[in-house]
Amino acid sequence: MAAPVLRWGCPGTCRAIAWVYGVPRRRRGAWTGSTSSWIRGQSSLAQEPLHTSRKPRKGEHKWAAVVGLEIHAQISSNSKLFSGSQVCFAAPPNSLVSFFDASLPGTLPVLNRRCVEAAVMTGLALNCHINKKSLFDRKHYFYADLPAGYQITQQRLPIAVNGSLTYGICVGKRRSQVTTRTVRVKQIQLEQDSGKSLHDDLRSQTLVDLNRAGIGLLELVLEPDLSCGEEAATAVRELQLILQALGTSQANMAEGQLRVDANVSVHHPGEPLGVRTEVKNLNSIRFLAKAIDYEIQRQIKELENGGEILNETTLTTARFMPEPNLPPLLLYDTTSLPAGADSQQVINVDQIRERLPELPSVTRERLIQQYGMLPEHSFTLLNEVGLLEFFQNVIKETRAEPKKVTSWVLNTFLGYLKLQNLAVRERPRQQHVELVFEELWKNEGKTPAQIVSEKKLELMQDQEALEQLCRSVMQGHPEVVMDVKKGNPRAINRLIGLVRKATLGRADPAVIKAILEKQLSCHDSSCPPA
Amino acid sequence: LLGQCLELSVSAALKQGQITPIELCQKCLSLIKKTKFLNAYITVTEEVALKQAEESEKRYKNGQSLGDLDGIPVAVKDNFSTSGIETTCASNMLKGYVPPYNATVVQKLLDQGALLMGKTNLDEFAMGSGSTDGVFGPVKNPWSYSKQFREKRKQKPRGEKEDSNWLITGGSSGGSAAAVSAFTCFAALGSDTGGSTRNPAAHCGLVGVKPSYGLVSRHGLIPLVNSMDVPGILTRYVDDAAIVLGILAGHDPKDSTTVQDPVKPFVLPNLTDVSKLCIGIPKEYLVPELSSEVRSLWSKAADLFESEGAKVIDVSLPHTSYSIVCYHVLCTSEVASNMARFDGLEYGHRCDIDVSTEAMYAATRREGFNDVVRGRILSGNFFLLKENYENYFIKAQKVRRLIANDFVNVFNSGVDVLLTPTTLSEAVPYLEFIKEDNRTRSAQDDIFTQAVNMAGLPAVSIPVALSKHGLPIGLQFIGRAFCDQQLLTIAKWFEKQVQFPVIQLQELLNDCSSILENEKLASVSLKQ
Repeated sequence: MAAPVLRWGCPGTCRAIAWVYGVPRRRRGAWTGSTSSWIRGQSSLAQEPLHTSRKPRKGEHKWAAVVGLEIHAQISSNSKLFSGSQVCFAAPPNSLVSFFDASLPGTLPVLNRRCVEAAVMTGLALNCHINKKSLFDRKHYFYADLPAGYQITQQRLPIAVNGSLTYGICVGKRRSQVTTRTVRVKQIQLEQDSGKSLHDDLRSQTLVDLNRAGIGLLELVLEPDLSCGEEAATAVRELQLILQALGTSQANMAEGQLRVDANVSVHHPGEPLGVRTEVKNLNSIRFLAKAIDYEIQRQIKELENGGEILNETTLTTARFMPEPNLPPLLLYDTTSLPAGADSQQVINVDQIRERLPELPSVTRERLIQQYGMLPEHSFTLLNEVGLLEFFQNVIKETRAEPKKVTSWVLNTFLGYLKLQNLAVRERPRQQHVELVFEELWKNEGKTPAQIVSEKKLELMQDQEALEQLCRSVMQGHPEVVMDVKKGNPRAINRLIGLVRKATLGRADPAVIKAILEKQLSCHDSSCPPA
Repeated sequence: LLGQCLELSVSAALKQGQITPIELCQKCLSLIKKTKFLNAYITVTEEVALKQAEESEKRYKNGQSLGDLDGIPVAVKDNFSTSGIETTCASNMLKGYVPPYNATVVQKLLDQGALLMGKTNLDEFAMGSGSTDGVFGPVKNPWSYSKQFREKRKQKPRGEKEDSNWLITGGSSGGSAAAVSAFTCFAALGSDTGGSTRNPAAHCGLVGVKPSYGLVSRHGLIPLVNSMDVPGILTRYVDDAAIVLGILAGHDPKDSTTVQDPVKPFVLPNLTDVSKLCIGIPKEYLVPELSSEVRSLWSKAADLFESEGAKVIDVSLPHTSYSIVCYHVLCTSEVASNMARFDGLEYGHRCDIDVSTEAMYAATRREGFNDVVRGRILSGNFFLLKENYENYFIKAQKVRRLIANDFVNVFNSGVDVLLTPTTLSEAVPYLEFIKEDNRTRSAQDDIFTQAVNMAGLPAVSIPVALSKHGLPIGLQFIGRAFCDQQLLTIAKWFEKQVQFPVIQLQELLNDCSSILENEKLASVSLKQ
């Protein structure tokens, strides 16, 4: 299976990936273990609730929702948080497991410097206070994919606290204006990821993959300053852009590098907060927004119908203990750096601050200043994966006025992609687009269609020619065909790539795929390979 | 005689070719077989040892000896990971568990050419003070069979079964102590969390070193209490322990709690003048349970220092009496945490029950751990409950700090080392020992040793004299943190003054002609 691509903002293209992420911090009480139960408050477990909201009076004023987020971001690092095991998505099960990861008795944690730097960098980018001394703790619970029986985390004294995340949200009648809002960042802590449990109900067995066990996570706790799904989604998207700009996490939700749990409650403004429920295990930003809004509506409906909100998650608490095998994590700045300190042994926060790359907010400001762009346009350019890079390439290639390029990229080009359900990276070959745009600029009265046709840039639609191409590609690459037949789901993508290359990128991959699949199945049934 | 088989002299004998590593290895293997009834070893690694001896022999022939430990037989407590060699912690939980890696201290010994004779017996997961509570049965103290002890027992009424009154070794490193005491190896690794190396050393007439916390790597030591565990060393003489400590000490990238500073090799000078020393005698250690014999030897030792010109002063460690209960909370809490990994999934014992993961965990742990371990897990989990954490764990941590500060204050007042008893009395017979449960016993027996672990200080037990029953009695020296070398230097001077007698096991091993050959070694000593 190809790695699913996150395409934020392209309606209809977000795919739901059914994937169970065991999130270690949050397992309490009954394990539900399936994505279908991401709304915990809905559970009908027969347990006495600890808190219940009072019943609302009829005809009362309107409701307000309060949303807080806990976000786990997998740190982009070659090795795990406390061991030298490699970190790699989709490696064969249990192939990236050190003795420590498997919790062999007598093994000890050794802190990965890269993970600490990533945490500091993220903390600085989110305006946090960096704690010069932070501590590690063990959080105990029994679960099959947690080999040691505890997770090493930073419960008492995390590495970064008291920050803020500013994000832009569309307002106004046509939602065309952008206004900025801020959510407070309570803390950022370093902790270990758990392994993965795969429950095979048919054979009633659980398979455990420890590749993920021990990968470094940044847990970011956002204060409940958000009020709806959209705000939460936009804040998470901004965080995602920041993490990606910093390089501290790839933050790909579909690959589980960014996992979001939301605490949701509703109340009447001016009154005490309501009972929280958790919305968790979401694998896309769009679903996050939808799930939060759904939960808000559900709670309001429940309360208006005289019901009450249950929260069973406070019933059990994990046991904590200081991690005795790790000394306190000490950080320095240029003034506190001990004289003659080995630079390999100490981390200088000031040095990391100097290395901070341009953050998305600064990039937007630059776009606005440099190209006279509207703020909302700068947001769109950054939010669409690859769009900014594309925009900058077009700007480089043409003498067109930046405002025109902006308008063309955001309206014509993006609109066309959305119509075709394509992500930016799946656009026609870049040179073609830029070429067409350059020709258009010459203003010789030609339509884009004419240019495309003249320059032989149009989509190849000749079915017969395509089938012929597919056949010859398959003949030319029997090893790839064999791979497909052996069941490697990725092999067909290689064939598609080869065919597209042969068409100079002018064929629709979906059409090629259909042809290839047809030809392959024919191969299977009646035309065995020689 | 036998006891003069100093490691140093054996080293010299090896270097001069008077004995070869293979001969030495075979002698020790034969002694291991003859003393099998002591139950000192859980696993005897005969093949490994002989292969290592062959390699060592080659090195000696080529003049490429690796140093003082090359060709020297050693034993390792069975809670240190040994690559390819079963490591059980004397527990059903780890029966059959073969680690894929060596503990750092084991690797360091092997890198020096030492011969690994086997893995020694202990209390299950090192929880105990008798070496009586392991799944492989109790360890017998070689002194039970010594000429010194037997002669004193001749007056005892006849009819008593010959073997019914054997003595415990102390623990939990009793297997390592018995192994060295019975001449089956020249040095052994123990572990010391509350006295587990010093206690059996005292009962078996050996030197038992507990290094400063952070001086020696714990990587590969299956933990009891991570914040107090240290690898310990058992030898017959202080010089031998110093050689081993010099090899083991130093930073280990695999253990973040080891000190970064480079450690200089341990070379113990021969102290001739103790007049500049200040010896502290902690008054809180004079407890009613202390046997009169130990008390009198302690007092004589203090007098000895005084008569040689040292300043001997009474000092106070006021929080000593809280040490045992504080240790209980911290120890059981860490035990509950450390034992969580034994769930039957990745390694070790797994029960047959498979109705659910939880049922499998429960049965696996029920079958895998003995009552002592399960009891400590239960207590520890109680102390770590959210509602108890402040009242127990946090308070115990604060008390631990006070106990550590007691030592800091004493050392800041100019004291160089503290002199204390190691144990309340000589080794007791097994039948008497098991009258009390493990917890009571541990609490009593750790009384002089365990505060040292709380404070992370170095300490050493030195055999002083035989009791009126002919059994060894040890005294303890406690030093400043990371002043291990100074501590051992003073201990070496003291060792020389007291001339502790060598265990006489000829009767036991009378058919063992090889032992007598060892006498040759006595004539070759580096100590001239």
